[in-house]
Amino acid sequence: MGIIQTSELPPAGREAELLRDHDKLWSRVSGELDDKGFLLTQFDKLVSWARSGSMWPMTFGLACCAVEMMHAYVSRYDLDRFGVVPRPSPRQADVIIVAGTLTNKMAPAFRRVYDQMAEPRYVISMGSCANGGGYYHYSYSVVRGCDRVVPVDIYVPGCPPTAEALVYGVLQLQKKIRRTGTLIR
Amino acid sequence: MVDVALRDLGEYVEAALLDAVQDVRMDYDELCLVVDRDRIARVLKFLRDDVNCQFKQLMDVCGVDYPEREERFEVVYNLLSLSQNRRIRVKVTASPETPVPTVTEVFSSADWWERETWDMYGIFFRDHPDLRRILTDYGFQGHPLRKDFPLTGYVEVRYDDDQKRVVYEPVKLPQDFRSFDFLSPWEGIQEQLPGDEKAKEQP
Repeated sequence: MGIIQTSELPPAGREAELLRDHDKLWSRVSGELDDKGFLLTQFDKLVSWARSGSMWPMTFGLACCAVEMMHAYVSRYDLDRFGVVPRPSPRQADVIIVAGTLTNKMAPAFRRVYDQMAEPRYVISMGSCANGGGYYHYSYSVVRGCDRVVPVDIYVPGCPPTAEALVYGVLQLQKKIRRTGTLIR
Repeated sequence: MVDVALRDLGEYVEAALLDAVQDVRMDYDELCLVVDRDRIARVLKFLRDDVNCQFKQLMDVCGVDYPEREERFEVVYNLLSLSQNRRIRVKVTASPETPVPTVTEVFSSADWWERETWDMYGIFFRDHPDLRRILTDYGFQGHPLRKDFPLTGYVEVRYDDDQKRVVYEPVKLPQDFRSFDFLSPWEGIQEQLPGDEKAKEQP
């Protein structure tokens, strides 16, 4: 009677393309499984898929950025759904989020925590202070960027960055891991 | 409006501690005592125990640096009386050579604040139980809140890949500290803004 059911409307544009690709991928996967009962892929791709799907960060809150980091972990943004679960021990962690001002006094301790993490390990530098000293760049007691102490993979700008920005940084790190896809770093 | 009760309290304390109190001031409606350095513990004990004072809490101990003065430092004790709902500020002067007697016997909370004041200004507290640095880095040289201490300090740290440890090096700044124009209304608000000179004149 002239009424078009909205659910029957085909999705348009780029979204449709992605959806179609996604459907195609999954139908291929399930077809393969139905047909042979196993899947074939490249090992390094499988490894980087697994790595990027469970990045456990070391909790390393140093200043006010830590509050935004906590927001990113809990219900509203819920980093758990990306397999990002904060760990209290560097031995269990894959990534360290430097959230806050790194002082001279803290630098050797921070390096030690980083050294205790198992390979492959990644570093997210969160906020102006960790990126380059920020507000305290000319201070007598602050390290002018945590990249003077450890190699950094992702810089999240902001003072402090919103929880959303940190989630975006985590997703960027996921992308980076998938893109590089090496077994040994 | 000046708080009359607070002014009366100032006169009362001055009368009770004649030999120790050098000056009683009302600055910005707050009572401030300047006392003799060597009698500071006795003054604080009186302020704590006297029934009309009852300043039972020491809120803060800190230092001030006035480089142009002969005795360049001041140590400031801020006290609070919950029962009287009043605050009082007690000041003593000091210099790098003249130690200030510790007040940890009177207020045990002064311990860490005196350590902080020692750390930041280099004011020595006599008979303090454990006068070490509290905030600055291990092996830190100098007292950073002194006016003659350079803002960026003397050393910076970085990780040395050959030695496999964090090393200290003299400060190298690729970009100098920017000196701000505090007269510009965009960068800092002065008490009197440029152009406002005649605002309070009678027409």
